[in-house]
Amino acid sequence: MNYTEQVMDHFMNPRNVGEIENASGVGTVGNAKCGDIMKIYIKVEDNVITDVKFKTFGCGAAIATSSKATEMVKGMTIDEALTVTNKMVAEALGGLPPVKIHCSVLAEEALHAAIQDYKDKLARGEDPDATPSVEPEEIQYV
Amino acid sequence: MEKIYMDNAATTRVTEPVLEAMLPYFCGTFGNPSSIHGFGREAKKALDNARAQVARAMNAEPAEIYFTGCGTESDNWAVRGAAYANIKKGKHLITSQIEHHALINTCGQLEKEGFEVTYLPVDEFGRVDMDALEKAIRPDTTLISVMTANNEVGTIQPIAEIGRIAHEHGVLFHTDAVQAIGSVKIDVKAMNIDMLSLSGHKFHAPKGVGALYVRKGVRLQRLIYGGEQERGQRAGTENMASIVGLGKAIELATENIDAHNAQVSAVRDRLIDRILAEIPYCRLNGHRTDRLPGNCNVSFQFIEGESMLLGLDMQGIAASTGSACASGSLDPSHVLLAMGLPHEIAHGSIRLSVNEENTLEQADKVVDALKQVVDRLRGLSPLYDDFLASQK
Repeated sequence: MNYTEQVMDHFMNPRNVGEIENASGVGTVGNAKCGDIMKIYIKVEDNVITDVKFKTFGCGAAIATSSKATEMVKGMTIDEALTVTNKMVAEALGGLPPVKIHCSVLAEEALHAAIQDYKDKLARGEDPDATPSVEPEEIQYV
Repeated sequence: MEKIYMDNAATTRVTEPVLEAMLPYFCGTFGNPSSIHGFGREAKKALDNARAQVARAMNAEPAEIYFTGCGTESDNWAVRGAAYANIKKGKHLITSQIEHHALINTCGQLEKEGFEVTYLPVDEFGRVDMDALEKAIRPDTTLISVMTANNEVGTIQPIAEIGRIAHEHGVLFHTDAVQAIGSVKIDVKAMNIDMLSLSGHKFHAPKGVGALYVRKGVRLQRLIYGGEQERGQRAGTENMASIVGLGKAIELATENIDAHNAQVSAVRDRLIDRILAEIPYCRLNGHRTDRLPGNCNVSFQFIEGESMLLGLDMQGIAASTGSACASGSLDPSHVLLAMGLPHEIAHGSIRLSVNEENTLEQADKVVDALKQVVDRLRGLSPLYDDFLASQK
């Protein structure tokens, strides 16, 4: 099982690591039992993702796909970001070993969850940046 | 960048004296030991010599040693061979939950073929539960197979005790000593061992050669059918150069066992002591003293093992996430789970395995690198953030 140079680059020098205070949306997927948790924060202004950060617990591919996905969607509109698939993230990294494809799925899911969180806040008539995001209950932290 | 190899439980390098012993058997002394002529007799002599070297290393008789293609083949042959040779007595086997996949998957296949297998639990240090062993023995039990020392966490099992119990109940005892040979002193007679598997590449012989000790009088069904090699028990022309290398390597390993163990455990202890003292939120897996001299297996909370491995690799350090055979699998180690570790802790485990070629200076460099890697990955981990928040 070998990683591409792009995967190793994003693993060693991940982009957009961190958290966003007063994020417009936060998405957390995975669980510690399976060995992967991804948490993606987005800042949305005028329907555009102006900032995005992540924190990931997981293998090299999990960290690299989180990093790549955040890099890809930064500057996109919400609708554009929703068209980013796990396959596109994996391809942008020069491919992933078959056993690691699920990492790219998690990255897509985390991004979608963050956008959904933002949309849910809007639907509830809340100011997304002023409302704390709700953490999913099934995430089991150590 | 100095490369540091600390994955000696996965494989070791062929050392120069071993290679030197092997070289004549490629171009010059190339005869087939089954041939009657001089070329064959010369090869046969080397084969007999290697067999005697292996026998001496464990207080066996040369006629009780059979060369195989690898440790996995030895395990397959011992377990399947004993299961089928004793089928009239019964179809129940006993092993442990922390065996190598060579053993576990062989037992799994036998279950599909109608055998029953009891997998003994282990305690938090990875030691087989001896009460459970006694209770598991039934009138139809034909074989107990427990490894001499675990490949992932290094825990040494009380095999002399297991051998005694097995023989009290008239049950055969096999031990997978693949990881133990060269580190643990073995006396097959004193320890009541009926069969023992070993693999050359774990102690500086080449890959692709192993051996099975079978006590005189123990009958095994064959695994490989064909010619009359290995006294008709294991067909196939002998891998001469590798067998000669195995003989030389096991002789060197057992001759120097005390000196090597002292040196190796000093390096291992440097790793363990410094990691536990200098890196917070980690735990040593396995037993502190009843462990292989070269094994250091540690779980680090809030991070995942593979990413640690990659981080170390980028600094030229070779380690493992437990069993190299399990890489490519997403499940955490079955050994750590059997010891009661929660999944999320088991995921964050790495194994550093030392041999006599590693130094204290290397141990220090590895710990220094590991501290950086763990720090960096914890900085990326949402679990660590939450943990820190919960501590406030």
